[in-house]
Amino acid sequence: MISAPDVVAFTREEELEDDLYREPPLPEEYSVPLFPFSGQGANPWAKVAGSKFTRDFILISEFSEQVGPQPLLTIPDDAKVSGTFDLNYFSLRIMSVDYQASFVGHPPGSAYPKLNFVEDSKVVLGDSKEGAFAYVHHLTLYDLEARGFVRPFCMAYISADEHKIMQQFQELSTEFSKASECLKTGNRKAFANELEKKLKDLDYTRTVLHNETEQQKKANDKGYYTTQAIEKANELASVEKSIIEHQDLLRQIRSYPYRKLKDSEFHPYEPECALDRADVGSNQDPTASDPTEPGETHLYTHVPSYTPKLIKAKSAKCFDKKLKTLEELCDVYFFTQTLDQLHHIERTFRGDVCYLLTEQISRALLKQQSVTNFLFEDVSFLDEKPPEKQYRGCQGLGQDAIDEKCSEESLAPKVVISLGSYKSSVECVPIKMEQEMEDPEEPKMSESVMSEHQENLDYLDADIKGSISSGESIEVLGTEKSGSGLTKSESQASLPVTPSPQAGRSKVGSRRTVSEDSIEVLSTCPSESLIPEDFKASYPSAINEEPYVDDDEGGLRFTPRLTPGVEDGQDDVSKQESLVQVDAACCIGKESPNFLEPLPELGQKPCEEDGVVRIPPQPYRPAEQGLRGGFPSHDGLSGGLLPYELDSRYLTGSREVSKGSLDECSDSTSYISSAASTCSDRTPSPAHLGCAAGDRHRKRAGQNALRFIRQYPFAHPAIYSLLSGRTLVVLGEDEAMVKKLVTALSIFVPNCGAYAKPVKHWVTSALHLVDFQKWKLIGLQRAVSPGGVNVLHALSRYSRYLSILDADSKTLRCPLYKGTVVARLADHRTQIKRGSTYYMHVQSILTQLCSKAFLFAFCHHLHLPISEREPEQSVVNRRMNFLKLQLGLANEDIKIVQYLAELLKLHYIQEPGQGGNPLLRFDYVPSFLYKI
Amino acid sequence: MLRWLIGGGREPQGLAEKSSVQTIGEEQIQNPYTELLVLKGHQDIVRFLVQIDDYRFASAGDDGIIFLWNAQTGEKLSELHGHTHKITAIAPFSSSDVTEEKTDLIITASADRTVIVWDCTSGRQVQKVSCFHSTVKCLTVLQRLNVWLSGGSDLCVWNRKLDLLCKTSHLTDAGISGLVELPKNCVAAAAGKELIIFRLSASNNGSEGWNILEIKRLIDHQDNISSLVSVNDLTFVTGSHVGELIVWDALDWTKQASECNFWDSSVHPDVQPEIKLSQSPHETSVQHLTSDEECVFAAVGKGIYVYNLQMKRVIACQRTAHDSSVLHIEKLPNRQLISCSEDGSVRIWELREKQQLPAEPVPTGFFSMWGFGRANKQANQAAKKMQENTPVYFLELVGDLIGHSSAVQMFLYFGELGLATCSADHLIILWKDGERESSLRSLTLFKKLAQNGDLQLKL
Repeated sequence: MISAPDVVAFTREEELEDDLYREPPLPEEYSVPLFPFSGQGANPWAKVAGSKFTRDFILISEFSEQVGPQPLLTIPDDAKVSGTFDLNYFSLRIMSVDYQASFVGHPPGSAYPKLNFVEDSKVVLGDSKEGAFAYVHHLTLYDLEARGFVRPFCMAYISADEHKIMQQFQELSTEFSKASECLKTGNRKAFANELEKKLKDLDYTRTVLHNETEQQKKANDKGYYTTQAIEKANELASVEKSIIEHQDLLRQIRSYPYRKLKDSEFHPYEPECALDRADVGSNQDPTASDPTEPGETHLYTHVPSYTPKLIKAKSAKCFDKKLKTLEELCDVYFFTQTLDQLHHIERTFRGDVCYLLTEQISRALLKQQSVTNFLFEDVSFLDEKPPEKQYRGCQGLGQDAIDEKCSEESLAPKVVISLGSYKSSVECVPIKMEQEMEDPEEPKMSESVMSEHQENLDYLDADIKGSISSGESIEVLGTEKSGSGLTKSESQASLPVTPSPQAGRSKVGSRRTVSEDSIEVLSTCPSESLIPEDFKASYPSAINEEPYVDDDEGGLRFTPRLTPGVEDGQDDVSKQESLVQVDAACCIGKESPNFLEPLPELGQKPCEEDGVVRIPPQPYRPAEQGLRGGFPSHDGLSGGLLPYELDSRYLTGSREVSKGSLDECSDSTSYISSAASTCSDRTPSPAHLGCAAGDRHRKRAGQNALRFIRQYPFAHPAIYSLLSGRTLVVLGEDEAMVKKLVTALSIFVPNCGAYAKPVKHWVTSALHLVDFQKWKLIGLQRAVSPGGVNVLHALSRYSRYLSILDADSKTLRCPLYKGTVVARLADHRTQIKRGSTYYMHVQSILTQLCSKAFLFAFCHHLHLPISEREPEQSVVNRRMNFLKLQLGLANEDIKIVQYLAELLKLHYIQEPGQGGNPLLRFDYVPSFLYKI
Repeated sequence: MLRWLIGGGREPQGLAEKSSVQTIGEEQIQNPYTELLVLKGHQDIVRFLVQIDDYRFASAGDDGIIFLWNAQTGEKLSELHGHTHKITAIAPFSSSDVTEEKTDLIITASADRTVIVWDCTSGRQVQKVSCFHSTVKCLTVLQRLNVWLSGGSDLCVWNRKLDLLCKTSHLTDAGISGLVELPKNCVAAAAGKELIIFRLSASNNGSEGWNILEIKRLIDHQDNISSLVSVNDLTFVTGSHVGELIVWDALDWTKQASECNFWDSSVHPDVQPEIKLSQSPHETSVQHLTSDEECVFAAVGKGIYVYNLQMKRVIACQRTAHDSSVLHIEKLPNRQLISCSEDGSVRIWELREKQQLPAEPVPTGFFSMWGFGRANKQANQAAKKMQENTPVYFLELVGDLIGHSSAVQMFLYFGELGLATCSADHLIILWKDGERESSLRSLTLFKKLAQNGDLQLKL
């Protein structure tokens, strides 16, 4: 019989663990019923399994005047992604909910055709049969050959998860607006070019005709005109009229306000204009346009030489001509830029919505930790201008100015949504919102606009009726147009506006349950910039309508917002919650909360005047509401989205899953749920929006670090060196190996300021003192050459500032470490298998350290005497007591916290303009040699 | 350590075993300097550091640029350009005229044969003198008389406004290498082997006029005088290139005492054999002298010697204090002595009274187990050796500062603010007490918090 240890020796680690976990079966009464769909790799959050596509994708469709709605392209451009999903069918759906009036032609009272600068419309649309939900962004592009000069297009983000669409509406809207802006800018340019060419043609034609007429005049001297001559004259007249019309069009397109795209990458050659940047995505006032806008004219005047053609009087109509492709319509450069942007969107919104939200929340929270976040976070992504900034800019017009009133004001639209949902009709859709934009407080101003809308609505109504009669019933759950103007619209006025949403909601519920509609327009938003801040909070409720029909809990989410007083109360609650949360996270229960920095509450009122606690970025509001509401309803029927309070649970969850996953050690992109689930979250979520590369790096670093702590028994002192600010030199002959070690260890290196990490991956020359000031982790080449000896001499000379990890002989020379923090950070027996998970584990412990350092650095009495006569020694004693007893630090851990605190201090007192001299702090402590 | 690195994995063998230089381990409890700031700016060897006031100092060197620094923050205050060659002498000249507000001037002399007076506050050149026949090698300010002297091949006396008051005739080709102020309006100038005493006297015909008279030439030194220092009103000390130390009476310029056998091993019978190896003049040259009321501290070759003026003998010495020539030494108020050397290190010594400990012989095997125990052993040995010679004091190494990669030319002790060292590696390093800096930062932090109004808890 083979003894047990032998068996163990031959089993793989994972299998063993699996066995261990399976081995002791719980008694029936204790066991928790399994999640019904818990198969291998099943995603517990996967709700809809009915979708026919494998992951989220972006679809661009066109309403072609020749063939009707047709899909143009998908992103990612992979047939597998859309799978059996009927793109044609879905294109029809999404194109049929275009609310925007694309009215172009001869408006009454105007002699010339007029271009309408139509705002994009944004609609959320669901198709429960297909299991597809989409954010649909409609836009129109100009085409001289098209009917009415316009070509309607739409871009749709299609996901199987409706919550994701709703929760991420703001972000999607911002990102798609960017893409749309890019397309439209290119299109305007192309259109202007086209017009110019056409004008040249016309001019040429006119000259030709004119000459012919002259010749005819000369030829016939009978004194009367032949029919031929009259015809020619008519032709000439029509050409001249056409010239005037086209000139007018050209003037119009040129006078279009030049929209500055936010990302300067779209226009590398264009001068930056900070003021206008905020206007991206918002509607602009065409009347305020400046025809001599340099950028625009520059853009348009660059026309290659063109030889004009003669234009036949009657060009062939419609169907026999080939319509321009999207690429032709908007200039190759802009087209590729748009594609890039769309790819970026696809990457950004990849993955499960809870992942995205958690990420956003943590990012928002991190951003608020302005004092400590530079230490271990990637500051670049914190700095990167978040989408909400733009919104703030736009809303700033209304919201920041209105201040107190804004909360009341913004209540209106919220009610409208819930009411509008059962009204089941299309609301008026504003086309030009400029005036409202400027004066949200003055609804009167918008009346003229409204009437115009009304006019446009007729078209729309017809359209939609048409689609209804065609057997598809469309239910519009919400159509928003913010601003108080909406409440005053006729359609609204006809309904009693009940302030209680619950009434509305229940109606919605009953109504919705009987409806058999396959297409539900959940909401539309013609101009996202007009959405009042509070309104966004209602998205989740819109989503949750169905599950929560009878649930009071869900209804409660609304009510506090209706009265400002209650809102305050809720804010307080949330504040407390967040305080408690963070407190617990810091593991400093004993510490009086007075020492805590006023924590930036999520649910803070936007109008609150506050120097330090900044207004939370609003796109996170839905999330944060979920966070708030999530707790009470979590036990109930929620089933819904949400373990926002993720952290440990999520970690364990992923750890469990990872056990089942195949390849632990690979750095490849194997993800939690890659195995199964038809849901949209099949694909990985980038750890941070828009920086998948950073994510990959993090994962690799985590993986390498994990390997490092398993392989090297002296990982603890090495990590301690890094955390306490002692430069660690990784010495080795093999560059790849050294770099790998450096990458692994880099996750433990605190940043010294808002710069890049003080990590140098590979150095071949001798080190100097200045290097230790600058770098805290250095990969150094061990060379046999005389130069190499110099390198070693320098190392031995500066050995007091250094810890040296010899990668070749596997030795470490560094000070002794007897603390406990690093043991938790780098337990070689850790169960964590995956690099990304380990990275998160490290982050969480480092965050704890940060909070301790923060407390230590910002406690007044620890550094300064309480009374004037207090001797220095008692302050020192108090400080040490605090570190040991209150923060529970032992031995060398104190040095870590002291070092971090010192970095915090330096960071805080540093004047923003100055770079500040980098300090080198060191201790005179003996080093020891560790061997494997 | 080095051997461990090269050999890859062998236990580090103590460097101290082979070398006679006393070393201290990595554990230096008494060394307060646990933080450093590297000040970059110079393009060439930095040779001079001079204190301007409580928190400012100037640095100058072979690149001809003078930098003004804030000793607290390490901030570069200004950059003075004007000289085209290396700086040969620098002296601060703070005026305290009752009529004007206090202005801090510095005077610099350069190998381009010019002398420039700078205003430290504005960082501007006040005036430039370029009528010299040779490079000015030394500058001395006589605050009492409100004049300053420049020494080259001749000695010139200038007033604040840079009027040449008087000058001597051409003295020597070698030029004056050092000047020291003596009582009764006298100055001693070292020119080659000679020590020349001059007297300044007000001329009869004008109020601003001064005359300078050569009074005496002292030719007691065998070799060039390399350093001279004034101890008090009654004595001054000179040291020469071959290791002679002469104590002079400052009033009648007579030789009070002399010591010329520092380096001679016969004086110290049990001297370590390494020292005898090469007795080149360079090794015995008196590089620098400093003094307090009781003692003169001499940097001789690689060693440091403490000469007691009362006892008229060397009371303590560290024959090989550094691996290479000691370039500058300074006595601190707290019985500590700092020395810097060509080997790139700065060492902190403490002059201790000898405790009559029963020097228990410690087996070396015990110490070699711990890399850091060796320093103590060395100290013990050094102490034991001096026992027969009956010095009551000994110099103990309490810490060393390693940072420069080349010779440390000079340093400036700023008391609480720390220590500034300048070196041939073009760098200036500010060494600071980490504890103190940390608490200062806390203070600044809370001040800033109060300023920003962040101290109040936002609810």
